[in-house]
Formats: sequence, structure tokens, C-alpha cells
Amino acid sequence: MAKDDNGAEDVTAADSPGAQLATSAASTAVVTRDALANPGFPPHRPRITDLDHKEERKAERTVYTLFYVSIVGSVFAIAAYMAFPIVAEDPGSVRLNNLFIGLGLSLALLAIGIGAVHWGKALMSDHEGVDERHPVRGTEPVRARAVEIFQQANEESGFGRRTLIRNSLIGALVVFPLPAVVLFRGLGPMDQDPVALLNETMWKKGVRLTMDPSGTPIKAADVTLGSSFHVIPEGLSEMGHGRLEEKAKAAVLLIRMDPDDLIEAEDRKSWSYDGIVAYSKICTHVGCPVALYEQHTHHLLCPCHQSQFDVENHCKVIFGPAKRALPQLPIAVDAEGYLIAQSDFTEPVGPSFWERA
Amino acid sequence: MTTIKTPRARRPRKTGRRHPLASVALIAIGLLFTGGAYVAFSSSTAVATTDASSQQTIAQGEKLFAANCATCHGLSAQGSSEGPSLIGVGAASVDFQVGTGRMPMQMQGPQAQKKPVQFTAEQTAALAAYVASLAPGPAIPAAELLDAAGDAATGAELFRINCAMCHNVAGAGGALTEGKFAPAIENVSAQHIYEAMITGPQNMPVFNDMNISPEDKRDIITYLKYVEDNPSPGGLALGSLGPVAEGLFIWIFGLGAIVALTVWITAKSN
Repeated sequence: MAKDDNGAEDVTAADSPGAQLATSAASTAVVTRDALANPGFPPHRPRITDLDHKEERKAERTVYTLFYVSIVGSVFAIAAYMAFPIVAEDPGSVRLNNLFIGLGLSLALLAIGIGAVHWGKALMSDHEGVDERHPVRGTEPVRARAVEIFQQANEESGFGRRTLIRNSLIGALVVFPLPAVVLFRGLGPMDQDPVALLNETMWKKGVRLTMDPSGTPIKAADVTLGSSFHVIPEGLSEMGHGRLEEKAKAAVLLIRMDPDDLIEAEDRKSWSYDGIVAYSKICTHVGCPVALYEQHTHHLLCPCHQSQFDVENHCKVIFGPAKRALPQLPIAVDAEGYLIAQSDFTEPVGPSFWERA
Repeated sequence: MTTIKTPRARRPRKTGRRHPLASVALIAIGLLFTGGAYVAFSSSTAVATTDASSQQTIAQGEKLFAANCATCHGLSAQGSSEGPSLIGVGAASVDFQVGTGRMPMQMQGPQAQKKPVQFTAEQTAALAAYVASLAPGPAIPAAELLDAAGDAATGAELFRINCAMCHNVAGAGGALTEGKFAPAIENVSAQHIYEAMITGPQNMPVFNDMNISPEDKRDIITYLKYVEDNPSPGGLALGSLGPVAEGLFIWIFGLGAIVALTVWITAKSN
């Protein structure tokens, strides 16, 4: 039995049945008085590998075989990398490449792990040991010595005396994370007000409704009953930089239904054209594209959180976590019969944000 | 060596028609011939009835309609409270609904389900000809649009924009509201896919030729057939259902393996 600084005893060999964890008078270990008596250790049961020499040899063989299997797995992974190269034209080659490299690597690692655990369980010495829990607080001499070391270090380095060096070091450490702040700020829009960006989209008076992704303008006559068109504003498909940012705000679903089915508010009667209505595709909950349109029930379903919108009734929420109706895009028809926007959306599209009016 | 071999050589060898496998072979040959003859016969009858617009076919379709469909759709296909009017739905609609077994409907419900086809190809064609004769509507697509030899990449983009939100990006289908669902498009014939796009069966929106041109529809079919014929590069697709199937798999098998390993590591060696 060994004694540590705190006077607790480490029971390193508690093999005897029912070994007692008696604490000596010098011990500082915390002993709680439980209602149940400490049953002690269960009787030690020798393993089959301790009793039978043959079994011991067998376990030894298993362990080194597993380690050899690991070597085979590693070599197999290298061979598989060469034997199953990824061919750009054939997606199936990725599958074979990943499968065989993965098999080889998992064999290599698993065999080491299983071999090591089996070694530990079957062959390594199996006596149970107990380590007493020590109090967190160190002994007085140890604590005094620690304070002494700090004072000595302060004296020798001059950290407390040379204040200019100390303060400049603290300053340097404070300034060091600033580049990260600036870099992350650069990910957002720099020269524009993000609130204004969220409030407006590419739609404005006279912009034609075009098909996603081709950018072909849509004639009102093309939108037959029961149709749904996925719409982007004219010019978006030719945009290079920032196309996806604009599309994420301006995407619209165009639907034609029987004008008798539409229940329209007085002030919005002019926003539709002969049963053709256009609604923002961006869910007002967290901004998923709402495009699961049911032709007969006229319901729109958001696949992310199952919000449902009633297209007959200005896309009011009829189920789910969304709180606001989908914004409607006022549309009209130009002289050539193409569908155009009357204006931008009259409210910000998508989910709520802090400064949303 | 010779002493062992001789008795075997003396035994009369079972050859020719006395061989134990002779009867099996005979039955196989017999089945092959009857099956082949049946296939040859049935294909020749199918070829014989392609004239969809003939008055005789339409008359046959009208009889079938009166016997099987008129209860819900009305005697002159005008519709009733039980079923919609079929005037102007076109031959494509009939071929899709009857050809996939959705019609005649088994029972009223949120959605007509796919089931074993109730009519022969000939009867389906007759029904389609009759309904098409009532008013103009989408026709059964031409074979050159169904060859799945278009541009799979274009088709994939169009599918993602127009179809994937309901039918899943790999065409595995998905749930809609109140018991309705978008069916899986795996192993659906090119003709039925095309017809579904132009007619918009049940709650599916219509994708007319101004929205998705016939060539684009061909590309979409090409993409779907490509997905069907090529294994997923990522390995086991688990029905391509996404996080639900994959999460369930890793919860059961991944965590199960970890629990089993933990039990094994902490168990006492015997």
C-alpha cells in the first residue's frame, strides 16, 4: 500500500474477498455514511486464461493475428486506392473507390482496437485496484510552495516591475483577434445597409416574369388552368455576381386557378390577372422555398416545417409554424401579352428580422 | 485403382431419355414453346389494335366507359358529385390513370392509389380513344419523346426546379398534406411520366408545353432513367429519402454498434 501526500492510502491489490476500505486516522478521504453497508468487492474469479495454459496461448494467438489482420487491412487500402481509381466520367467508380478504401481502413483500425482490448481483457494482469479520491485542496506546504514559485517567476521576469512591457503585451493580445472580426464582417454586405437589402427585391414596375432557369418571358395565355410556373425576374438568369442572393429573395411561384375560386380582398383585386396569381416562394417562417402546390386543394406546403398556405385566400397560413402570409407580387399584362410586375413586393419577403417594420 | 473403377464402369449409364433430368428438360422445352407462342400471339394482337381513332375503337371505348366509369364520371363523361368531368382531359390522361391502375378507383380517399392495372392495353387504348373523341385534349406522346436519350444534366436542373420539392431529388416521392403524397417515380414508364407532366393528375400541377417544352420533358425523363439505371455514387441510398432514413439507420446500427462495443469492453473476461 502506498501513501500519497494527503495521507490517503491507495489500495493497489484488493484481491482478497470483501476487502475493507478502512481509513486510518491520518486519512483525509471523505467517507459518507450510507444507509447501505459497503458490500465490498465481489469474490475474485480467475479467468480461463489464468487457469488453462492452452487458452492463454489461444488468446495470445488471437491478439497477434488481429494485429497482423490490421497490417493486411492497411495494405489492402493502399492496393484498393490503386486498383479502383476514380474515373471522372463514371460516378460508379467513386462508389467502388470509397467502399474498398473504407473497408481496408476500417479493418486496419478496428483490428488494432479489438486486439488491444482483447489483450487487456484476456492476458494482462487482472487484479482489481482502488484509487482513493483525494481532496481538491492541496496540503499547506504545497500551497505555500506554489505561491513562492509565482512570486519568484514574477521577480525574475520583471512582469510586475516592467509595466510598459506587461501592458504592451496585454494590448497585443487584445488587438490580435481584431482581424478575425474584420474578416467576418467582410462576409456581409459592405457598402449597403443590410436592412434595405432585405426590404427590397429585383422586382419593380414593368419587370417581366420569366421562367426559372431559362429566363424565357411568360405570356398570360401560356399559363393554363392548374399550371404552376417557377418564376424569376427578367435579367436574373444573365446575372453573374450576386445571382443567387437576388434569386433567394425574388423567387416567385405563378399559379393559375379558376377566378371563381379566388377570394380576394378589395384592395388586392387588381393584383391578379384572370385567375393568375404570383406569390413569393420564400417561406415566412425560416425561408425555405415553398413550392409544393396542390392543384385541387390550392394549398401550398412548405417541406421544411409543414407550414401550409391557402392560395385561394391570399396565401394565409392555415397550418404550421409560419406566422405571416406569403407576400403577393402584384402582376399585370403588357401590350405584347407578357406578364409583368406592377411593383416590388409591398412587404419584405422571407422570415422576420430584427428591423422588419 | 482399377478395382475401384470397374464396378462403376459396369453400371448401366443413364443417358438419353432415361436420364433423370430428361423429364425436367422436356417440361422446360414445352414451357418455352407455349410461352414463346403466347408472346408472339399477344404482341401481334397488340400491333393489330393501334388504330386509336377508328370509329370501331371509339364505340368499343364508349361501351367500356358506360360499364366501368360512368357511375362516377357520368354517362357522357360530364362528371358528377363523385368524379370530375372528363371532357377535354385527352387521351394522355386516360392512358395515365387507367394504365397505372389508378382508375377505376377502388374507393374515395385523399388520393387514388396505384394498383394492378384493371384493363388490357387494348381496352385502355379504346377508353382513351373514346374520351379523346369527346373534346380535344393532350394526346399520348410520340415515341421519339420517350426514348430517354436527351440531356440528363438539363433534365436534372429542370427536375430540381419544377419537380423535386414534391417528388424528391432522386424521384423517391414524398408526403403532401392530409394523407396525400407525391408518388415515387422509380420504375414508372417514360410514357406515364410524360403523361403525368402534361395532364397534372390529381393534385399535381399541370406542366404544359409552354412551361416545359417537349424536348425538356424528354430531358427530364432522361434524368429519371439515368438515376434509375446508375447506382448511387455514395453507396447504399436507403431509399433516397434523406435525413429520416439515414438518421434512423445511424441511430439503430451506428449507436447499436457503439453500445455493443461498450458492453464488450467493460464486460469481464471469463
